[in-house]
Amino acid sequence: MTTETMEAPAVTAPTATPPHPLREFWGYFSANRGAVAGLAVIVAVVLLAVFADVLAPHSPYITDTTIALKPPFWQEGGSIAYPLGTDPIGRDILSRLIYGARLSLLIGIIVVTVSIVFGTILGLIAGYVRGMTEIAIMRLMDIVLTLPSLLLAIVIVAILGPGLINSMMAVALVILPHYVRLARAAVITETSKDYVMAARVSGAGALRLMFKEVLPNCTAPLIVQASLGISTAILDAAALGFLGLGAQPPSPEWGTMLADAREFVLRAWWVVTFPGLAILITVLAFNLLGDGLRDALDPKLKR
Amino acid sequence: MIRFILTRLSLLIPTFIGITLVAFFLIRLVPGDPIETMAGERGIDAARHEQLKKEFGLDQPLLVQYGIYIGRVLQGDLGKSIVTRESVLTEFQNLFPATVELGVCAILFALVLGIPAGILAAVRRNSIFDHGVMGLSLTGYSMPIFWWGLILILLFSVQLGWTPVSGRIDVLYYIEPVTGFLLIDSLMSEEEGAFLSALEHLILPTIVLGTVPLAVIARMTRSAMLEVLGEDYIRTAKAKGLSRFRVIALHALRNAMIPVVTVIGLQVGVLFTGAILTETIFSWPGIGKWLIEAIFRRDYPVLQGGLLLVGAIVMSVNLLVDLTYGLINPRIRHTR
Repeated sequence: MTTETMEAPAVTAPTATPPHPLREFWGYFSANRGAVAGLAVIVAVVLLAVFADVLAPHSPYITDTTIALKPPFWQEGGSIAYPLGTDPIGRDILSRLIYGARLSLLIGIIVVTVSIVFGTILGLIAGYVRGMTEIAIMRLMDIVLTLPSLLLAIVIVAILGPGLINSMMAVALVILPHYVRLARAAVITETSKDYVMAARVSGAGALRLMFKEVLPNCTAPLIVQASLGISTAILDAAALGFLGLGAQPPSPEWGTMLADAREFVLRAWWVVTFPGLAILITVLAFNLLGDGLRDALDPKLKR
Repeated sequence: MIRFILTRLSLLIPTFIGITLVAFFLIRLVPGDPIETMAGERGIDAARHEQLKKEFGLDQPLLVQYGIYIGRVLQGDLGKSIVTRESVLTEFQNLFPATVELGVCAILFALVLGIPAGILAAVRRNSIFDHGVMGLSLTGYSMPIFWWGLILILLFSVQLGWTPVSGRIDVLYYIEPVTGFLLIDSLMSEEEGAFLSALEHLILPTIVLGTVPLAVIARMTRSAMLEVLGEDYIRTAKAKGLSRFRVIALHALRNAMIPVVTVIGLQVGVLFTGAILTETIFSWPGIGKWLIEAIFRRDYPVLQGGLLLVGAIVMSVNLLVDLTYGLINPRIRHTR
């Protein structure tokens, strides 16, 4: 999963002062065309989500059976008023997709934030305290990793009951181990370094050591994992929605839209094609971004 | 080597105990009274309630309950489905071959396409082919496979009429299950056309389930090959005047395969996740569909038993991969 930075980024002749870290980062990042494309798509999706109220031509909820299953505008019977057609109960698909972007982004961001916060705390504790605490935390994470992610998410939803919030909690738990492992590994490497020792000698407490000294130095892998985590979260939440366990109708969540439209697949290709395409494009964009971030932030690849 | 196996085995025990705990508490974490939950909307009278409570051992202290549960699990008793009244283990055994058949085909599909694509991409690094393979594999990796399945059905079953929409075999045929693998059973059954029908039904589900592993294997093969191709012994082999094919196929590929084997093993969990979705879309009568149906019927014993069995299987495969890894690569065996 490495995109080799073959075209050496345009680094100017050595100057007296090193470039600002952000500038250096952008140099590496922008050399990767895929990553830039991913970022552009994400920006576009964010704008769609933010300005959904202005951009969406229709309400995502109002039904009108007189215009049910209208094809997209370029097909016979379609009209430009409903550019991507309408669903079986006459809702505009484009408008639902635009509002769905809101949900998917929210799902991705909230799930990953929850996972990162809890994962980092658990990982920091495991890596810093060691001993039985570490064993207990890591074994627990092993269990989560052993069980197939969707199966575990399904079981959690079965306990809590279907719904958007519960499915988000399930997905957050499923991706938690990645952050715990990352944070723990980073802490173990960092705590053996001199600057941590120096801080400790000068009387810094455990909390200060963990959050002020060690944490800022392990952010790079966490940022990469966060970007990849958002794509997993969107995909898994959509899968739960598709299975009828995630967001419930009439919510315009993309996976739920697919589940609603499934039985019409034989009659109306557009009701299943567009929501899935939206998921694919968004997930792909976050994966491209994650790959690009990894290449730009991973010091091992910098030569 | 024995020491290596034992260490690995001992690492699994806590994880397995953990999974039994998850499965055990599953039924008890569901809000409300488990008996009433299981009885569903029909309700239940007090006498039957008491009787069931005894039957499930719910009148005992929690620790005793867990002890009883473990005792039963170790004897292979995973309880009965509350819908079919069939033993969970028997149901699992009947459906498992269908999932294995699909999973094996999907992995073969992924290997047959993924390894050559990865090798070629590495050898022709930065060519159009390389960029194409990498782009496609990232797309495959990002694929919502539940949608992918619907699109393939739309294209190949509805538009072109090439493949059947769902199921394992045409309803015309009845195949007595011997091995449970329909491809084998239908070949043995001498029913005209049964094998072809089974094969036709497998094509789309195989592609759908194989897409993510294919993407992962192609990417992994490429990066492993790139790493190996930069090694000194490859330069030596080239300097000796060996043909390009010999250098790549014999010298590089063998070493590049080590990480790929691990990745294949890790795909087993991914396959189960994919099987849940693929089986739902294609009405494939396997474990994934069974578990999803169990949720909607609130069939908790099935969910509990299925979770435990799937967990145990994934763990065993991971162990097997670990051991194979130790066999192929002696460096691993000796450092631990």
